[in-house]
Amino acid sequence: MSGLELIDVSKSYGATPVLERVSLSVLPREFIAFLGPSGSGKSTLLRIIAGLETADSGEVWLDGERIDTRSPGARGIAMVFQHYALYPHMTVRENMAFGLRNAGVARDEITRRIAQAADILEIAEQLDKKPGQMSGGQRQRVAIGRAIIKQPRLFLLDEPLSNLDAALRGRTRVELAQLRTRVDAALIMVTHDQAEAMTLADRIVILDDCCIQQVGTPAEVYARPANAFVARFVGSPPMAMLPATIAGEEAGRVCVRLAEGTVLATAVPAGELVAGTEVEVGLRPEHVRLAAPGEAGLAAQVELVERLGDRTFLYAKLEGGAEIIALEPGFGTVRPGDAVTLAIDAPCAHVFTASGAAHHPEPRA
Amino acid sequence: MTAALRDRLAGYAFVGPFLLVYAAVLIVPLVMGIVISLHRADLFGRREWIGLDNYAQALGDPVLHQAFGNTVLLAVLIVPPLTVIALLLALALNRPGKFAAVLRGVFFSSLVLSVTIVTLIWRFILTPDAGLIAEGLEAAGRAPIPFLSDPDLVIPAIAVTTLWWSLGFPVMLILAGLQQVPGDIYEAAALDGAGRWTVLRRITLPAIRRTLLLVVMLQTAAQLQLFGQAQLLTGGGPGGASRTIVLYIFEVSFGRWELGYATAIAELLFGMIIALTLLQYWLVTRHEEPRA
Repeated sequence: MSGLELIDVSKSYGATPVLERVSLSVLPREFIAFLGPSGSGKSTLLRIIAGLETADSGEVWLDGERIDTRSPGARGIAMVFQHYALYPHMTVRENMAFGLRNAGVARDEITRRIAQAADILEIAEQLDKKPGQMSGGQRQRVAIGRAIIKQPRLFLLDEPLSNLDAALRGRTRVELAQLRTRVDAALIMVTHDQAEAMTLADRIVILDDCCIQQVGTPAEVYARPANAFVARFVGSPPMAMLPATIAGEEAGRVCVRLAEGTVLATAVPAGELVAGTEVEVGLRPEHVRLAAPGEAGLAAQVELVERLGDRTFLYAKLEGGAEIIALEPGFGTVRPGDAVTLAIDAPCAHVFTASGAAHHPEPRA
Repeated sequence: MTAALRDRLAGYAFVGPFLLVYAAVLIVPLVMGIVISLHRADLFGRREWIGLDNYAQALGDPVLHQAFGNTVLLAVLIVPPLTVIALLLALALNRPGKFAAVLRGVFFSSLVLSVTIVTLIWRFILTPDAGLIAEGLEAAGRAPIPFLSDPDLVIPAIAVTTLWWSLGFPVMLILAGLQQVPGDIYEAAALDGAGRWTVLRRITLPAIRRTLLLVVMLQTAAQLQLFGQAQLLTGGGPGGASRTIVLYIFEVSFGRWELGYATAIAELLFGMIIALTLLQYWLVTRHEEPRA
């Protein structure tokens, strides 16, 4: 089995569990993002793969070899650290050569690889500088160069964009996307920024509460979140969750009654959702809009208006206090405090039971 | 009064007290010392201008030559081993845990002892009649060794005493230096497959070279002024074999009351320490580029 395989990895610090029986398969050359809030264990998982932490139990396999028993340097893994972790007293050239020298790579091979990496990353002019003389973006490139040059089987990136300013972050994101086409290795990136995860990764691993909550493509985790946590965590602004009860079913699809009385006919298959069950209805902002004059809808009061230029988000409160977010194209004229009527695209609504389990809409056959 | 002027006055008010004390206890005595060294002077205020005669006398004084040799030998026997031992101890103690914390305290504790206590302790260890080492040798059927009365052994004995006494502070300095090294560099080195020795040589030592320089500079300056241990353990004997420069200055000024001559020797020692310190700093930092 090639690629990376995590089997039942568990880790706790004292009495505090960090990871509980985490299993995951990563394909060769796949770009994976570990996404989760602070303290979700995503960095710990990355460090266990790198060998900087030891798991309490479980196994890590890479390309058919068990690596969790090996030292970090003998795993065929390269890592780009959050704060780059360049050796401050070595030049860029020495920084890149260090790992290869330790591995006993021949001198001219090292020179050749450095020249090649410096060329790709456009740092050929900086090779004799020390990290202290470089900008954040340049250091980032050196850190990536130091990783590439080892020709690892797996790349680990710990919050690679978090130290860069907004302009540089956009550019580096493009460079990371290019990086994957240049290296013959899988990449795992830890991030708490979902935009990074959505734009770069083939699959996103969402972690919370010591466990993997969902593994899926960006489209999957957005459109079919596995549970209420993922639904709230992915998407910006997040999915609104309205308390409701199952009112009944209509042609095999459930109807839900919101707290303030409105009944929505969803496209969620009824299945085991029986009438009277307390649930939450999940609505993405793009499925809530201002009602046309005369159109029926939910009465709401706007509390906050977020104008992004091409679109405007309206944060509003329904009667009964539930919070909802609506999307309006363009700049919009609604102001905070306005009373509005919101039209809901009910067939796009998701239903979450009290345990957090998700029920997604399905197109009618 | 303008705001700018008020700010400046406030600034001087903050710096002023320090500058006054600094001038009173350092600058004034330094200048007075230079002036006195150009006189034939005693402790009772008699002053007679003699120019550089005291300095000329110092250059030809065989007792001073011997004291100079003793002092340099002591510094050579103390500073390099002290730095190496302190480095090894700091590396061993630079870890979390209660045991290491207790040991850090133990190694630091000798520093708080006064020189009187330290020499007393080492007298119990070194003395040939019923000292700790003598007892040990006797148990092994060997004759006791007269550490403090053999001219060849007295300098090493003082050096060992000083090593024991002085270890705590360099250990603390180096520990502080080690704790400044960011941990992720070590993690990067682990992923780069660096072994322990490579990490020490290529990562740790370069990262703390400025701390090591500080330790060497401070210790060189301190050991060239070694006084208490020599005076209390041996009084400079036997036959001047353990007389240090500062001990000689003490004898000349407070034994022979030749204040002018003593001050001249002190100024020479001061110049030597300054020169050595600058030389060490230059040797270590000359290859470093200015920091960005």
